Amino acid sequence: MTVAQVMFYLIAALAVGGALGVVLSRNTVYAALFLILSLLAVAGVYILLAQEFLALVQVLIYAGAVTVLLLFALMLTRVGDLPETMVGAQWPLAAAASSLLGGLLIAAVATSDWPGDAQSQITRVPFEALGDALYRQWAVPFEIASLVLLVALVGAIVLAREEEGE
Amino acid sequence: MDGASAVAQQIPLEHFLVLSAILFSIGVYGVLSRRNAVLIIMSVELMLNAASINMVAFAAYASPGAFIGIIFAIFIITIAAAEVGLALAIVLRVFRNRQTANVDELDTLRW
Repeated sequence: MTVAQVMFYLIAALAVGGALGVVLSRNTVYAALFLILSLLAVAGVYILLAQEFLALVQVLIYAGAVTVLLLFALMLTRVGDLPETMVGAQWPLAAAASSLLGGLLIAAVATSDWPGDAQSQITRVPFEALGDALYRQWAVPFEIASLVLLVALVGAIVLAREEEGE
Repeated sequence: MDGASAVAQQIPLEHFLVLSAILFSIGVYGVLSRRNAVLIIMSVELMLNAASINMVAFAAYASPGAFIGIIFAIFIITIAAAEVGLALAIVLRVFRNRQTANVDELDTLRW
């Protein structure tokens, strides 16, 4: 096994382990911390695929901002749930459905022909090219995304603020 | 050839896709089984990440010249940030009105 392979399987194990921690943990705060682990492992996957910018964004926005927001929400909606009631009574069905879906997806991956055989190479996308594409070729989606963020910002404030006389 | 560009010769694309499939199924399990709305949002984040891995892996392996997959992943992260902000505001509002964040207790639309 080469270094890259060892790294990939290590990172994949971390990502899957963190994800399992998110869905199986009996403690909501532990679940959020497991989520950080899984998101950081996904950033590692991006680095293995030579996408440093995406890995940076993943660490800053996902592992940083989003999880802090989730932890805040957990803190504000705390009612002291019993650990036994963290999952609903439907969990065996959920486990069956999700493992069926996972099996189907993996079977589809295994039986399909994919591009990228042994001689293919991963090219590193330079930051300049990425910024150029974002601001020229993808300028309209970029602006729409900023509008979506603005609407989400205003909407979140309107939804979450305390109203007078409430 | 440096280390990063040599990855393709050592790890086949299928391994990234299988990793993404596993993460997605775990996220589906979380969405279906959890009761707390915040934990459901966390599982949705796992699913979004699985989709991003797929996009980036395809961008790196299938079309190295055009990086549409990477642009997609950037937009996924942007939309996920907006979605988490809004969803958590809704959860906070629901919690303030009903004193619970468990989705199975929000059953006033049911008869």
